[in-house]
Amino acid sequence: MVGYFIRRFLQSLLLIWIVLTITFFLMHLAPGDPMARYDHPDISPETVRMMREQLGLDRPVLEQYFRWAGSFVTGDFGTSLRYNRPVGELLKVAIPNTLRLTVASLFLYMVIGIMLGMVSAARRYSVFDRMTTVISLFLYSVPSFWLALMLILFFSLKLGVLPSSHIQSLDVSGLSGLQLFADRISHLILPAFVLGVASAAGLARYMRGSMIDVLKEDYIRTARAKGLPEGRVLMKHAFRNAAIPIVTIMGLSLPFLLGGAVIVEKIFSWPGMGGLMVDAIYTRDYPVVLAINFVVAVMVILGNLLADTGYALLDPRIRSGRRGR
Amino acid sequence: MENLLEVKGLRTEFMTEEGPACAVDNVSFVIGKGETVGLVGESGCGKSVTALSIMRLISDPPGRITAGSVLLDGRDLLALSPKEMRGVRGNDISIVFQEPLSSLNPVFTCGEQIREAISLHQGLGRKDSRAKAVEMLRLVRIPDPEKRYSDYPHQMSGGMRQRVMIAMALSCQPRLLIADEPSTALDVSVQAQIMELLLDLREEMEMSVLLITHDLSVVAQMVERVMVMYAGVIVEDASVSDLFSRPEHPYTEGLMASIPRLDVDVERLDVIPGRVPDPLRMPAGCRFSDRCPKRIDRCLLEEPPMFDTGGGHLARCWLSAPTP
Ligand SMILES: Nc1ncnc2c1ncn2[C@@H]1O[C@H](COP(=O)(O)OP(=O)(O)O)[C@@H](O)[C@H]1O
Ligand SMILES: [Mg+2]
Repeated sequence: MVGYFIRRFLQSLLLIWIVLTITFFLMHLAPGDPMARYDHPDISPETVRMMREQLGLDRPVLEQYFRWAGSFVTGDFGTSLRYNRPVGELLKVAIPNTLRLTVASLFLYMVIGIMLGMVSAARRYSVFDRMTTVISLFLYSVPSFWLALMLILFFSLKLGVLPSSHIQSLDVSGLSGLQLFADRISHLILPAFVLGVASAAGLARYMRGSMIDVLKEDYIRTARAKGLPEGRVLMKHAFRNAAIPIVTIMGLSLPFLLGGAVIVEKIFSWPGMGGLMVDAIYTRDYPVVLAINFVVAVMVILGNLLADTGYALLDPRIRSGRRGR
Repeated sequence: MENLLEVKGLRTEFMTEEGPACAVDNVSFVIGKGETVGLVGESGCGKSVTALSIMRLISDPPGRITAGSVLLDGRDLLALSPKEMRGVRGNDISIVFQEPLSSLNPVFTCGEQIREAISLHQGLGRKDSRAKAVEMLRLVRIPDPEKRYSDYPHQMSGGMRQRVMIAMALSCQPRLLIADEPSTALDVSVQAQIMELLLDLREEMEMSVLLITHDLSVVAQMVERVMVMYAGVIVEDASVSDLFSRPEHPYTEGLMASIPRLDVDVERLDVIPGRVPDPLRMPAGCRFSDRCPKRIDRCLLEEPPMFDTGGGHLARCWLSAPTP
């Protein structure tokens, strides 16, 4: 087991290094220039040239790569070309914001996806099942930016009940702790809904299918033959088994969730990594792009590790290292 | 002998694309208190459906019990509310299925799956029900039961798994145990052990047993009475000695001829030619008429009723009709 984790860890390091290297060269080889912003009549070309030299942007790409890699492994993410501040400082603000959004979305995603899927499976072909199928299909197919805009249009502009952007109101000085919490929650609802519920629709379909398969199993008949009430049959005997393949799907969906966060953060002006990333790409702010890439890669790998652990926890056949049948 | 279970005119249908298929038709029988009865027939003749119908475990859709009654001590199980029926399952009537591996939940320990039934019906707390479950494992002769309690089904052998299933079924001292081909899926070497265990436990627990098998030779040593089933109907019902000494139905004779015997050196077993008819395409008249070596004209026209040939030996065959 320990050997497995060490191997996984080393594989992950290699993977991260490859991803970052590819990103590095893609960014540098793509057209565009981080200094393009200084292309301004009031700034002399001489100044720009000096800045370029100072930042090392005049060196050959390969040399730049080794320089960046050298400081990166020591934990120095470099300085943002755009903000002229250490990248670490920018991330310290952005990561918690993104985590707040993704954790809330992940929660909605899991709870709603699993519950809808289970009820649909238990009440197969009922009105509820048909309605969730249609709504799921709709949410699954519409682009998230469109859904976000429609929700803003309705809840923020038409009804005026939910804020459309930022993590909290502009002026929160007069609010008590509880009011501040409520204020933040109200800001979280729409982006978390767009990010979480839209993907929950997909999860619900998987959960429904998995549950329907499990309900056909012989051991479900055994559970009923014991005299267990239907609720216990579903929640205890069927759920644990149906959840096993779902854990993998949840692990695999983490990158999509984080990818979706980029768009959602941009639309809702959420000051997280997504917004930072988009702006950094546009302005060729290499160190920021690479650092965010690193953080996201770590998150995805951790998510997969978590999924694997959950998988082993749910399925004793995996735990003891062999599958029955 | 007082009757424990009384099945009358049971009919179970499955909805198929081609219409309703009747898997069990007009099945009637009784099981006395403490009696062991065998239900024998080829694969697909409706034995499992009969068992599941008694426990009301037929999945609906596609299945449905469309007629009859199932009386347990005079109480009609088919008329019970779902909640009342749950109080009967696992408590008054238990079942052991054919496939112990797929019938046990892979993600719970064997002990937990037994404990659950005990705590459900006997209202025992976690500790007491656990102790009782270990006791049950000991009863079915699983060595080191305290330790095996925490084993998952995949960690046990086929024979051990079936013992767990039996422990689970017997954990609440049921009055009727239905054993649906309990040894068919097991290695030949452990089949006899499981049968012996069932035989011993039946005496210890003073329960009635409905033993289902496709193998007539299995029931010979185990049961007092045998019911032979063919294509959804019971074709013969007699005590073991009667059945083996003077089988009435040609189907029963066919089954007997296919039992391998040690004392007779046969080149080839006499297997009944043909197959069990599809429930959707039953022959007119007697259901066995298309395979019957003794068929007479009447068999093709009219379905025979159950005739009592004397001493409670019942047969559904025109040849057994009393001569007027
Ligand atoms: N779930 C089901 N759906 C449709 N037909 C079924 C179902 N279960 C059993 N049957 C039919 O009922 C008949 C009897 O099956 P079964 O009782 O399992 O036979 P066996 O005597 O081998 O136990 C078979 O023809 C089978 O096709
Ligand atoms: Mg069967």
